[in-house]
Amino acid sequence: MIQVEGLTKYYGERAAIRDLSFTIEKGEVIGFLGLNGAGKSTTLKVLGCVLLPTSGRVTIDGYDVTKDPHEIRKLIGFLPDTPPLYDEMTISGYLEFVAQLRGVTAANLPARVADAMKKTSLTERKDDVISSLSHGFRQRVGLAQALVHNPKLLILDEPTGGLDPVQIVEMRELIRQLKGEHTVLVSSHILAEISQICDRYLVIQQGEIIARGDEAQLASHFGNASAVEFEVQGNVQFAVDLLRNQEGVSEVTISKLDGNVGSLRATVAGERRIELVKALVDANIGVLRVDKAAARLENIFLKLTHGKDATP
Amino acid sequence: MKNVWLISRRELAAYLRTMSGYIIIAVMLFIDGLLFNAFAVPGTAKKSSEILGDFFTLTSGITMVGSVFLSMRLIAEERQTGTIALLYSSPVHDLEIVLGKFFASFLFLCVFFASTLYMPALILAYGKVSFGHIFAGYFGLMLVGATGLAIGTFGSALSRSQVVAAVLSGVMVLALTTAWLLGKVTDRPFTEIINGLAWWGHFEAFRIGVIHLKHVSYFGLVTFIALFAATRVLEARRWR
Repeated sequence: MIQVEGLTKYYGERAAIRDLSFTIEKGEVIGFLGLNGAGKSTTLKVLGCVLLPTSGRVTIDGYDVTKDPHEIRKLIGFLPDTPPLYDEMTISGYLEFVAQLRGVTAANLPARVADAMKKTSLTERKDDVISSLSHGFRQRVGLAQALVHNPKLLILDEPTGGLDPVQIVEMRELIRQLKGEHTVLVSSHILAEISQICDRYLVIQQGEIIARGDEAQLASHFGNASAVEFEVQGNVQFAVDLLRNQEGVSEVTISKLDGNVGSLRATVAGERRIELVKALVDANIGVLRVDKAAARLENIFLKLTHGKDATP
Repeated sequence: MKNVWLISRRELAAYLRTMSGYIIIAVMLFIDGLLFNAFAVPGTAKKSSEILGDFFTLTSGITMVGSVFLSMRLIAEERQTGTIALLYSSPVHDLEIVLGKFFASFLFLCVFFASTLYMPALILAYGKVSFGHIFAGYFGLMLVGATGLAIGTFGSALSRSQVVAAVLSGVMVLALTTAWLLGKVTDRPFTEIINGLAWWGHFEAFRIGVIHLKHVSYFGLVTFIALFAATRVLEARRWR
């Protein structure tokens, strides 16, 4: 579906993205991860034919972004980081305008607009003027405009930006529903927001891809070491020393201490939770909770973007 | 053309649904009426056709200045609010964006022209002027308006700030208005060329009821160049 080879984009003297290469298959949901200013939006704008690349080759469904941008624009739905909304229009009026602009025929127009509003739960607000909408609803209208013409490729730049937790869950569910029908590129700088909806991730830092793959593959960048969290009751310092002396444990820290109850975080090579709990119990330390935490994408992301010494 | 009409219709609706367009036209009408009363009507020795000519002169200046204010938002606002990304990512050519915006502003300017008709109607009622004179004058006003709006569209494409866009367009209009001053201090053949750049020199014929192809061509050419330049600016922004 998408082939990118050596994509580079300069803003004046500054390279926003450098020599990016990746391939995206039809039907995949790809997460673009990176801190603010990493080059995510620039990459998505090039794929969305909003910007033209300085060098490199980008083809979408066989069309080249520099030679056939018009053909590509017929295939894509693009939601920029700020939803492109005309405040004075009503939701339905706006979606009709966008659909017509993207080539939806008069015969299909009512059905396409109704479908986009249904998918984004906007049907009951269809006559509302956009200027009166909350941030969450504006994001929904932004998503609706991106999919109103039923595009093959959806490019969503930070669709969860600025949403409250409930709205983030709703937006995530919306994107999850689009899976299969469309190829989806979604960017975020907060991993937790897209960690459950993507097939693969591309991690961008300072304009370059520094890691790629699914969650397991990204985790493998850091070997098998993972963190295990314990909540223990008893002699907490003794528990720390005990864990430190166990096989495969490289580091133990106290993250919280409340009387004789402490939260410990241990860096462990491989799966050794059973042995570690047994050792604690044998030493008369009460184990209130055990949790394997390290494989969480948030930690991987922090390590990728801040170096291996980063702590979440 | 379908996209031009779509963009034009939306833009026109934006003019009609927001206050800024109405305010600009109200101010233009107020000043036009005031100047008409102050300068065109007084004087007993004036013929009706002279009064009508003075009305067109005053209205042409107001049209040119008003066009800059009407068009300052066209593209600058799209960039300011980020809605330009919608147009850029849709299967729409940059020329269609520019033409759509231009036509919308032109149609809205026609509201102003229609609202000024009462002044020629008064002259017609109390004096003797030909419909041909009125038609030629309004045709000239439309050409002046189209030129001003095209220059304003170009200025609007240059900046994301509407104020900066208005200043840039204003400077361009001022340059075309005062070109004759430079013509005074240059030698032939530059004098003719520079004098020929001044728009109001080309409006003279229309104000007395004459439509001449060379004057129509001047306004058409300036409008074309400004719209072409605006299109090129939009194209260039994709490379930045």
